[in-house]
Amino acid sequence: MLKSDIRINLLREMKRIRFYEEEIVTRYSEQKMRCPTHLSIGQEGVPAALSQILTKEDLAVSTHRAHAHYLGKGGDGKKFIAEIYGKSTGCSGGKGGSMHLVDLSVGFKGSTAIVGNSIPVGVGLGLAQKLDNTNNISCVFIGDAAVEEGVFYESANFAAVKQLPVLFVCENNQYSVYSPLKVRQPIGRKIFEMVEGIGIPSSHGDGNDVESCYLLLDDIVNNMKKYGGPRFVELDTYRWREHCGPNYDNHIGYRTEEEFLKWKKRDPIAMHLNRLLADKVLDEEAIAAMDIEIKCEVDKAFQFAIESPYPDPKDAYKNIYKEL
Amino acid sequence: MGNLMTFAEAVNDALKVAMHHDQKVLLYGLGVDDPKRIFGTTNELVETFGNDRVFDMPTSENAMTGVAIGAALQGYKSVMVHQRLDFFLLAMDQLVNNAAKWHYMFNGQDCVPITIRLILGRGWGQGPTHSQTLQSWFAHIPGLKVVMPTTPSDAKGLLLASIFDPNPVVFLEHRWLHNTKGEVEEGFYTKELGKSKLLSEGDSATIVSMSYLSIEALHAMDVLEKEGIHCDLIDLRSISPLDRDSIAKSIKKTGRLLVLDNAQSNCSVASEIISYVSTHFFNDLKCAPVKLAAPDYPLPTSFGLTESFYTRSFDIVNTVFGFFNLPPQSATPHSFPHDVPGDWFTGPF
Repeated sequence: MLKSDIRINLLREMKRIRFYEEEIVTRYSEQKMRCPTHLSIGQEGVPAALSQILTKEDLAVSTHRAHAHYLGKGGDGKKFIAEIYGKSTGCSGGKGGSMHLVDLSVGFKGSTAIVGNSIPVGVGLGLAQKLDNTNNISCVFIGDAAVEEGVFYESANFAAVKQLPVLFVCENNQYSVYSPLKVRQPIGRKIFEMVEGIGIPSSHGDGNDVESCYLLLDDIVNNMKKYGGPRFVELDTYRWREHCGPNYDNHIGYRTEEEFLKWKKRDPIAMHLNRLLADKVLDEEAIAAMDIEIKCEVDKAFQFAIESPYPDPKDAYKNIYKEL
Repeated sequence: MGNLMTFAEAVNDALKVAMHHDQKVLLYGLGVDDPKRIFGTTNELVETFGNDRVFDMPTSENAMTGVAIGAALQGYKSVMVHQRLDFFLLAMDQLVNNAAKWHYMFNGQDCVPITIRLILGRGWGQGPTHSQTLQSWFAHIPGLKVVMPTTPSDAKGLLLASIFDPNPVVFLEHRWLHNTKGEVEEGFYTKELGKSKLLSEGDSATIVSMSYLSIEALHAMDVLEKEGIHCDLIDLRSISPLDRDSIAKSIKKTGRLLVLDNAQSNCSVASEIISYVSTHFFNDLKCAPVKLAAPDYPLPTSFGLTESFYTRSFDIVNTVFGFFNLPPQSATPHSFPHDVPGDWFTGPF
């Protein structure tokens, strides 16, 4: 059985991610967040689990759907929301937007927008960690479509050849935009089994069961830090909202309401919450207090973003080259 | 005074000096430690610096460029080398979407000091996909620096400057220059990126050139000088940033512009230079600017198809003669075939 404080932290982290994103949903139509946003609602389990495992010295890179990974790694909430609002106080000064998040103070080295594009960068971080003889790891967040990109195989191969401390975390949410897995990969393939064939020890888990996720990932990371080398883990989960934007899109025909409802019953937050209540780790009162605390954090972040100034238009012409 | 060495030896010397200078310099690429050692440019490096810092790599151009970026974010300065530029086209995602933009899109918080050596060439049956010369592609991307040295001394100084520049640099080496010899200074020195060099001076015309074509232009100078025509020969050295000021200064003096480009003509660096001069210094021009570039076709392989594809010194002479209404020279037969840089070159690549 997991310690109570870790179980509570897992709940808090999932709620934190959910509350930030639900607030984006609420305010998106105000037209003040003028960039594409790819929400992780429904997929909070994996980043919350890793938030309790990775240290600030461990590094991470992510994808277009990076909000949860950024927050889970400890990324600053105010700078995150300010970036989506395009403000000078944003984590990328307004130059990146939702898909280019970064917080170097916690080892979140950046997210990029092209599928598969940050994978080799994460492997390069692992190369540096190995050359520097650190005991830290590099975490590469990907989705199920990234393993359809050639660069995944190139990168995984190099990580295996050089035995680099790279953890590939594949959140399989079954869809690439509107394209289901069955039109993209052969029916019956298990991604983690295929990756095992590259020479990387691989595992599989339930991304919506945050406690089992934690146990699996904690074991993998401890194992990496003890024995070195890369690992791959595939975690099943589901994206509740549309690929890009704040809405539900079960009515447009690429997936069914029934499928969505089946996954919604497996809401990672509700499942964990019910377990904590049943085990009397938390009561309703404590949960309400937690909600208020998180809501305050989120409100402050949005207030900060809204009140922050836009960057000076001249800043568009800065940082093209780093000066010697 | 320096030592007389070839361009390839100067590149090798620069790598040695860089790796001694800074433990964080890494070198990788297909064949860096193989028996041929990238035309000799990576001789003795793995023996001196070990295979943690100098290593052969998987045939994965795109991922390995991303690996260089990731390592750069942790303070490593990677030099990658590709024996043919054409293979590096597989790495455009990492070069264009990541290396070129990382510093900008994360608002200057990080930087990507990587150097990508690409070897390009002409002749000897390299054909459509082993001879491309794509400096204008790279120069089109904000955030990249593009370097094309001509002399051994510049090759060393510019390579050292590229390695220790905090930005991604595409370093284009012409295969036909590898055996050329020149004086090279000893030890650590850098030559400023973005600055051209005047290889000869005169007020008759301005010839802007790059890489191997500067050698053809120097041969042309010998002929032109005999006719009393003295030209500014500007060897660009850097394609991006482009030394526009030096070109402008020369044009104000000569009023006549010939630009040589070893790439295809359409949307070339030569086109950009002529556009720049025509737009800003129209009134200084005494005649229409001219460019000599490769035809807008892929390079065919056969010896029988390639003779007209390459700018040679007599093309340069005749173009400058045209500025002064002098009759063209007839092409002088070469002592060696048109598809090799000299008698020493017998293939296979």
